[in-house]
Amino acid sequence: MISHETIEKNLGLLIVLTILIVSVGGLVQIVPLFFQTSTTTAVAGLKPYTALQLSGRDIYIREGCVGCHSQMIRPFRAETERYGHYSVAGEFVYDRPFLWGSKRTGPDLHRVGGRYSDTWHVAHLLNPRDVVPESNMPAYPWLDRPLKDAAIQKKMRTLNIVGHGYSEEEIANAPAELADKTEMDAVIAYLQVLGIHAPKN
Amino acid sequence: MSDFTSGFWPIYISVLTLVSIIGTWVFLKSQTTRKLAPGEKPELIKHTWDGDLQDLNNPLPRWWLGLFYGTMVFALGYLVLWPGLGNYAGVLGWTSKGEYEAEVKAAEARFQPIYAGFMQQDIATVAADPDAHAIGRNLFLTYCSQCHGSDAAGATGFPNLTDGDWLYGGDPDTIKATLTGGRMGMMPAMGAALGVQGTKEVANYVLSLSGRQHDAALAAAGRTKFEENCAACHMPEGTGMQAIGAPNLTDKVWLYGGSEAAIIETITKGRNGVMPGVDQTLGTTSNKEAKLHLLTAYVYGLSQKQ
Repeated sequence: MISHETIEKNLGLLIVLTILIVSVGGLVQIVPLFFQTSTTTAVAGLKPYTALQLSGRDIYIREGCVGCHSQMIRPFRAETERYGHYSVAGEFVYDRPFLWGSKRTGPDLHRVGGRYSDTWHVAHLLNPRDVVPESNMPAYPWLDRPLKDAAIQKKMRTLNIVGHGYSEEEIANAPAELADKTEMDAVIAYLQVLGIHAPKN
Repeated sequence: MSDFTSGFWPIYISVLTLVSIIGTWVFLKSQTTRKLAPGEKPELIKHTWDGDLQDLNNPLPRWWLGLFYGTMVFALGYLVLWPGLGNYAGVLGWTSKGEYEAEVKAAEARFQPIYAGFMQQDIATVAADPDAHAIGRNLFLTYCSQCHGSDAAGATGFPNLTDGDWLYGGDPDTIKATLTGGRMGMMPAMGAALGVQGTKEVANYVLSLSGRQHDAALAAAGRTKFEENCAACHMPEGTGMQAIGAPNLTDKVWLYGGSEAAIIETITKGRNGVMPGVDQTLGTTSNKEAKLHLLTAYVYGLSQKQ
């Protein structure tokens, strides 16, 4: 066996052994996830985000929504009572990057799709206290401006590299789909599809 | 059936995990020197750093070695009891799903007797029960208050549930149907059909229906237009139709505001009030029927006390 002294005096060997030890956790816990059916197959009905939803998702990221809202319902009764079915891996296959979050200043949003009407979302985003007086969420009045997402086609093509499967037609129609829409419309379109393909009990 | 796409992965995981644990054990063993005899000096490492800096090769402390071996024993014990090695489920057969289902089952068993009692009572009886009211209030705050407000008094576009005025009807069965299936209000935009002036006339006629301040000349002109375009849903006298959720325009309750400007906006653009049904609210939670029953009773009770 290699002696302590040999390892300590051979920097190259020390580096190799350190990398080897440190990488075991990742090799065992992360790599196999890319070869599991439950983590790589979309749940029934799940589709890649449309151009408008994708733009809305980027606004969600830009406004830092993930800082206060998680999108991950854990399998605890206290959570499923409030939000609905716990999240499963197959619901996130088109989430790049994922927005699971780790902080709930506001509620979890993974099952918010369909839970409120579009009108409610508009009122709520313009001023949350108009509909929920107790809310401490900031208002986002500036979302009511024209949506400008010049990179939408580029984004869709890039996501196709990792298998989102947008057709040429969908990519060609993307700018038309975003025309005359506000940032608010896009965010709401995104919110309304969140978690709507929950497993049925 | 295995969740892995190939039989290679469970073996890969198991081998890497066990090899790293056993390998660490062997390596640690190889680096352990014997305990020094009393008075024995530790070996001096044959190297001098920075001119005069030298190391003694002291044996690893026993307490530290004990802890390290302890973690390895713990790891092996864990891998026997819980899932960790590829497809091996562990002696305890634990899964996060199983733990969740057990938690739900325990809660159902605990709450079922309470719910069962209320399920046998009709809505009016449940609504008068203080315990049911407390449960109903919690359910309301969780699932309904975001739109209707924690005091159930609503907001612009979201109906007040305490005023005794109902779009679709306030009897227990209708409330339950509303909660179950949700509601889709559908007032079409009439701006194009009526024109700007026509809209203003109809708006003034609508104002007159509930005795609000209005321009009598405009209202008179709006009357026929109302009968032609609006009466099919709102009825000729403007009393509304609960079967389709068309509001009564003769009372003093305004969902979207009762000023002339607000009424003109409503007529011009139409209104599409949406109330999501129970699937979006109670979701896949347990005791759904009982919760629906209690929630109905709570909502029913809100306007009964007046």
